[in-house]
Amino acid sequence: MVSFAGYAMPIQYADGIIAEHRWTRGHAGLFDVSHMGQFLLPLAADAALERLVPGDIVGLREGALRYSALLNEAGGILDDLMVTRRADDLYLVVNGATKADDLAHLRAAGLAVTHLDGFGLLALQGPRAVAVLDRLVPGVSGLSFMRGGAFDWDDTGLWISRSGYTGEDGFEISLPADRAEAFAAALLAEPEVRPVGLGARDSLRLEAGLPLYGHDLTPEITPVEAGLSFAISKRRRSEGGFPGATRILAELGDGPVRRRVGLAIEGRQPVREGAAVIVDDAVAGIVTSGGFGPALGTPIAMAYVPTAYAAEGTRLQVELRGRRIDATVVPTPFFPKSYVREGASR
Amino acid sequence: MTRYFTSEHEWVEVEGSEGTVGITDYAQGQLGDVVFVEVPAAGTQVTKGGAVAVVESVKAASDVYSPVTGTVVAANAALADEPALVNTDPEAAGWLFRLSLADAGELDGLMDEGAYKTFVAGL
Repeated sequence: MVSFAGYAMPIQYADGIIAEHRWTRGHAGLFDVSHMGQFLLPLAADAALERLVPGDIVGLREGALRYSALLNEAGGILDDLMVTRRADDLYLVVNGATKADDLAHLRAAGLAVTHLDGFGLLALQGPRAVAVLDRLVPGVSGLSFMRGGAFDWDDTGLWISRSGYTGEDGFEISLPADRAEAFAAALLAEPEVRPVGLGARDSLRLEAGLPLYGHDLTPEITPVEAGLSFAISKRRRSEGGFPGATRILAELGDGPVRRRVGLAIEGRQPVREGAAVIVDDAVAGIVTSGGFGPALGTPIAMAYVPTAYAAEGTRLQVELRGRRIDATVVPTPFFPKSYVREGASR
Repeated sequence: MTRYFTSEHEWVEVEGSEGTVGITDYAQGQLGDVVFVEVPAAGTQVTKGGAVAVVESVKAASDVYSPVTGTVVAANAALADEPALVNTDPEAAGWLFRLSLADAGELDGLMDEGAYKTFVAGL
């Protein structure tokens, strides 16, 4: 158990990180992510929220999720978050370590935000997640990727989204905290489900090429540098009106100075956060996430490098305890995603 | 043959003037899944308590300290292809390196198996 964002959380359960990682890729892993912040905003706050994020919130359809980011005036990322338009409110999920700052930021902008601190959040991820969850909560299989809906289980109201942080198909389930343990126990009683800790959550998201706030995303990094331009909605690109818009729109047009890239590492030695990226004998960038990819069986990393060295196939080096190891810029995700998108055949 | 243990969870098995070094079952359990092991080359001079090898798990990189002073005579080549031997068989096939002892007197400061078991039970 470790302290994480003020919560005592397991790095791993009895199976260990690699087994938990592989179980999630092959079956269904259950994650307790109740440390994450869950907020509500009035529907009428959609336009006001747009002044803080580059996503289209006004145009978001009911039941749809949008990935976005709270930005500072320089266009740097204060947090990344999910916004869902529900029938009666906007539902936000933010990072655990930043939720107090996010609350203050939203309130300072005049938004009437409610912190759902009496709610837990569970994630069920993996190819068997849909079959398992539909058994307990009939109808969830009707959701497509990045869609959410209200459901019931044992007289408990659940808000379920088809989303996650592993690159696998899966769901995130918001429910009253005093019912979370019973629901988790019901899921764990299903043969396809095993509990998964923070360690495998990190290795799964790394293989999926998903950035982690506080590591790959910081207040000094813009969404364009981070490879998150998809989160800057079309209407917002033409209208602007979000923090750092001048810089971000310029970066969209001309390209950013640096970019987040995926690195394939030669050999078997994991490269960790903080390792220097070397080009032509000089430090050119820094690794922001790195480790061993259990489903790939090789070390992988994410780094920020100057745009000139960000092209796929670029050969670089990474410094590791005084030695230099060859690395190659590769596309992410490292491991293919298996989301069930709307309109796709199932 | 006698096996000695350190408070840093290394073991050294001594036979004549040579010792074989590894990490204990308790240590591998704490580290979790080992994915890479960096072992010293033959000829490397090591000192008691000095960092001499690195065991990397999915979680983190951890230094291994030499239980005694000496010169490395061999490293476990099998770990290059199968680092998980440190998890599955830490106190036999998952050994890290072999060294010639400079001073057998250093062994007096180490724990025997019983003392190490008591030490671990108190952690």
